Amino acid sequence: MKKLITQTVLATAVAGFAVNAASAEDWVVVSWGGAYTASQQNAYHEPWMKMHPDINIINDDSGSGALAKLRAMVEAGNVTWDLVDVVASDAIVACDEGLAVEIDHDNDLLPAPDGTPASQDFGDLIVSPCFIPQIVYSTTFGYRTDLVGDTPPTTINDVFDLEKYPGKRSLEKRPVNNLEWALIADGVAPEEVYEVLETDEGVERALAKLDTIKDHVVWWEKGAQTPQLLADGEVIMGSTYNGRLFSVIEEEKQPVAMLWDWQVFDLDGWIVPVGSPHEAEVMEYLKFATDTQRLADQAKYISYGPARKSSAPMVGKHAELGIDMAPHMPTSPDNAKNTLLYNFEFWADNIDDLTEKFQAWLAQ
Amino acid sequence: MNTAADTVVPEKLVTADGTPLKVSLARARRRARNRALMLVAPLFLFILVTFFIPIFSMLFRSVENNIVPDTLHRTAVAIQGWDESGDEIPSEEVFEALHADFVEGYENKSIGQPGRRLNYEKPGFSSLFRKSGRRATKMEPPYKEAFIKVSKDWGDVAYWRVLKRESGNYTKAYYLSALDFSYDEEGNVMKNPGKESIYVTLFWRTMWMSMLITVLCLILAYPISYLLSTLPARTSNLLMILVLLPFWTSLLVRTSAWIAILQQEGVINDILVWFGFLADDNRLAMIHNQVGTIVAMVHVLLPFMVLPLYSVMKNIPPSYMRAARSLGANPFTAFVRVYMPNTVPGIGAGAILVFIISIGYYITPALVGGQSGTLISNYIAYHLESSLNWGLAAALGAILLGLVLALYLLYDRIVGIDNMKLG
Repeated sequence: MKKLITQTVLATAVAGFAVNAASAEDWVVVSWGGAYTASQQNAYHEPWMKMHPDINIINDDSGSGALAKLRAMVEAGNVTWDLVDVVASDAIVACDEGLAVEIDHDNDLLPAPDGTPASQDFGDLIVSPCFIPQIVYSTTFGYRTDLVGDTPPTTINDVFDLEKYPGKRSLEKRPVNNLEWALIADGVAPEEVYEVLETDEGVERALAKLDTIKDHVVWWEKGAQTPQLLADGEVIMGSTYNGRLFSVIEEEKQPVAMLWDWQVFDLDGWIVPVGSPHEAEVMEYLKFATDTQRLADQAKYISYGPARKSSAPMVGKHAELGIDMAPHMPTSPDNAKNTLLYNFEFWADNIDDLTEKFQAWLAQ
Repeated sequence: MNTAADTVVPEKLVTADGTPLKVSLARARRRARNRALMLVAPLFLFILVTFFIPIFSMLFRSVENNIVPDTLHRTAVAIQGWDESGDEIPSEEVFEALHADFVEGYENKSIGQPGRRLNYEKPGFSSLFRKSGRRATKMEPPYKEAFIKVSKDWGDVAYWRVLKRESGNYTKAYYLSALDFSYDEEGNVMKNPGKESIYVTLFWRTMWMSMLITVLCLILAYPISYLLSTLPARTSNLLMILVLLPFWTSLLVRTSAWIAILQQEGVINDILVWFGFLADDNRLAMIHNQVGTIVAMVHVLLPFMVLPLYSVMKNIPPSYMRAARSLGANPFTAFVRVYMPNTVPGIGAGAILVFIISIGYYITPALVGGQSGTLISNYIAYHLESSLNWGLAAALGAILLGLVLALYLLYDRIVGIDNMKLG
């Protein structure tokens, strides 16, 4: 009996080894994990691996700490990642620091089906020469429909209105978005927000507005926190990424609704690390994974808008829930009445300074 | 080779092959010493490679400033002749050097790095360098006008003052920010206004919270260890497992359990509301603040106090207490005068373990600390992972290391480090 077990174990081990040896190439693709990585797996990785059986894509969920790890790898001259999914502001930093390869968007990527070159199809979403945009997401508010009384909140001002909507709110523990919202709620014209924020008085003004609700705020650091806080009833409204709210509302069927007013658009996409082990092949993969059809496919699995203009009409139904995804896209006209686009230029300059001011304000 | 001399002085002791005994002995000793050293060498190398070199190279970043003089090497030299006390921006000569540096930096894609570095000193550098990098390749002299045309910031003397100040190979800017100082427009060092200072507050908070956690651990662990060391082996082993079980459980699991217990909709609040001690809309905030950090960290670190205390107490002969009693001490005096002094080595070991671990703790405060319960280590992690300001992270780390060493020396002075027993 014992001998049999030994033989079985050995045979399995040998078989496993043989399989490993057969799959020639492992690629490491870094992304954010959870539903987001799953959507990439379904829309890009699986079809590509079916077309190229010799390639095995391994997902690494380093997400938020990716830039620091990438910098350490590049400095040590030992880059083990092939492709990294980052937010656009991180792509700008990576490009400045020389951590990412510059992309020639028109030559490296496919044109739209009607022949529009990639650089025009992505348009001004190409915020850095190293960046290939993939999705448009937004940071916006969700609220508990059963905890806000008979008149649900409709504007960003309601977030700052404790009399009308008493209770806790959750906001992200960083200055980005919060300062903009505070100024808009304080009556600053949205197109002047960044002009105001460039002055010390403007920052003071935004923080003073936040002061009015400071005691009623739960500060979050991970995108999953607000959905959890909403589901637990710990807060009555809170900001987070729209895709997270989508799954709370449509997949988990919680009594939560979206407040799209002054949602802030941000982008997420690919960078190719400098010195990546399979650079040439990965560029081929990117041609495929960022074409019009593939970007539209991703929206079947998660409610983020595709970055190509040409993908928008192809967005269909959710793969499992079977509901129309277009109305859940942050870019859909009904949701996008009042929007801000994350100001990359402004935040690249001021993020460190304002984060310090913001943290000092929080600590008071 | 000394044979000739040896035969001349026959009274000198020699070995069989003719070498003097002294030399031969010294040689044998040296060989033995080398052999011993070779045994230690792998460990020494291991510690050197995996501990000292990484730590010191990381700490070195707190003063390192190569990136500016390396990428802007012509400008860094040319700007030395410029007088920063006036209101004039540098001459065309400096702008020429700047142009050459930008063209070279744009070619090998390194021009963004000094921009990021200088942006820590003055917000605006980052976009200034990014904007100017591409355009510099197409510039025609005079470069002064050309640069100012790209951005009027090049005509702002404040930017040039920062550039000159940070053009050396070393900088003290990171240490200044780590201690809440900064430069004003004229380049004088000054303390940040109270509402913008952040790190000094955090260093103090880290210190007093770690001390409080150590004291709480001691108060809780002392009776437990006493009980463990006096009970019969069978029961004490069972209780020991209860101490060790949480020690073997994942840190994240334990911390999450505290969230479930302490949060506003959590177990304790629910019970208090149910019994009517609290109104439903007036639940206690016990998590995402200092209380949460202290409770969770005391729980996580308790075994580090119990184990050394237990091992010391186990070795105190019960006859000591009996002797004290028979000599007329009452139980309290016997305990305080005889038993407790014997446990000092355990207290010392446990306290130093708990204190040093808690001073660098960051996962638990990050999860349950909220705003008032975060510690300096959370900011070190932030600067390493998110802001990528490794220089500042290194400066904060070096200051923390210095504080721990200072406290360690103080401890050695007062208690004596020999008087410590880890088990």
